[in-house]
Amino acid sequence: MMSTLASAWIDSPTDILTGALAGLVFGFLLQKGGVTKFSVIVDQLRLKDFTVMKVMLTAIVVGSIGIYGMQAMGAGFPMHIKSAAIAGVGLGGVIFGVGMALLGYCPGTAFAAIGDGSRHALFGVLGMFVGAGIYAEVFPWFNTHVLPKWDLGKVTLASEAGVSPWVILIPLAIVTVGVFLWMERGKHTKHPAA
Amino acid sequence: MSENLIKRKRWSPYLVGGLLGVLSWATFALMGKALGVSTTPVRVLGGVERTLVPGHEEGLAYLTKYAGTAAEPKAIIDWQFALVVMMIVGAFIAARLAGPRVIETVPAIWKERFGASKPLRYSLAFVGGMILIFGARLAGGCTSGHGLSGGMQLSLSGWVFLGAMFAGGVPAAVLLYGRKSCDSCETTMNDEGGAS
Repeated sequence: MMSTLASAWIDSPTDILTGALAGLVFGFLLQKGGVTKFSVIVDQLRLKDFTVMKVMLTAIVVGSIGIYGMQAMGAGFPMHIKSAAIAGVGLGGVIFGVGMALLGYCPGTAFAAIGDGSRHALFGVLGMFVGAGIYAEVFPWFNTHVLPKWDLGKVTLASEAGVSPWVILIPLAIVTVGVFLWMERGKHTKHPAA
Repeated sequence: MSENLIKRKRWSPYLVGGLLGVLSWATFALMGKALGVSTTPVRVLGGVERTLVPGHEEGLAYLTKYAGTAAEPKAIIDWQFALVVMMIVGAFIAARLAGPRVIETVPAIWKERFGASKPLRYSLAFVGGMILIFGARLAGGCTSGHGLSGGMQLSLSGWVFLGAMFAGGVPAAVLLYGRKSCDSCETTMNDEGGAS
């Protein structure tokens, strides 16, 4: 009885422990990066402060080099490519952006912002549970009319272009570094926070 | 030096981004997972529905996919659930290492545009959260799952999501808050909680 009750709610202890550890680091870094602040997220969307873009693009480039590097060296861990259902991803992404502007956080930064002392983020998170329930109710309609549209499957930019990931990744890294160098040289230093 | 860094309020976005990349190496290679957040609200809600209104969830394929049914439940507290909960703790520790706790109720940019009403801010934050997760579930992920994890796998879905997120978010933010910079923002992040 106890064990079935537990398994109805709780996954393997290893998963919980590793998830907890990753979450601790993730939340810590988001706070230090400043992206648990409403003003930083909103000013990214108003194109006044590019902190969010700097954090994300750096993470993407560094993460990508490591992941594809380890794969190239024979590490056999699974990839987690999501389906490119373009209609769903595109429409969902636009709706997501509107919600992000109103809340001032994305889901991850909203949770982290609670720890950073944002009381309004707490209400945003409560709204997220309700939004999940609403989506579950209307899911059949989207599943019929939107999600199958332009579904290209679990593809990457490289697989779609028929090239090695490095053909995408190396130029992406160079352009990213170039843009950052240009941003840091040419622009403002109106950033007294640091 | 390292102690100074740990106590510093803000780290360079490049340092933080780089470390998030390294964190992803660990989640992919050691844990077999990709960072993601927005499935957890679905899973938790599914767990609540199957417990409070058993039977209702059975018609909802989207909930049962993640949470199972009252008769055949799936685990709710999983890797991502633990991740999400501990993100709150991680951010709390990071903030407290840098100084005393600061509570933000109505952010300065918001106040300049919509006034200092807490109920208004809280209710529209709630609506914002609803819209946010609706979009995330329709898209199949959020800034973490699609943006970071998808982006670094060079997945097409991740990059389409990032483009769409800005396509929706930039006009919405300009409409909501205007283009005017908020000069008072750094200083108005002061404590006004506690009393409530």
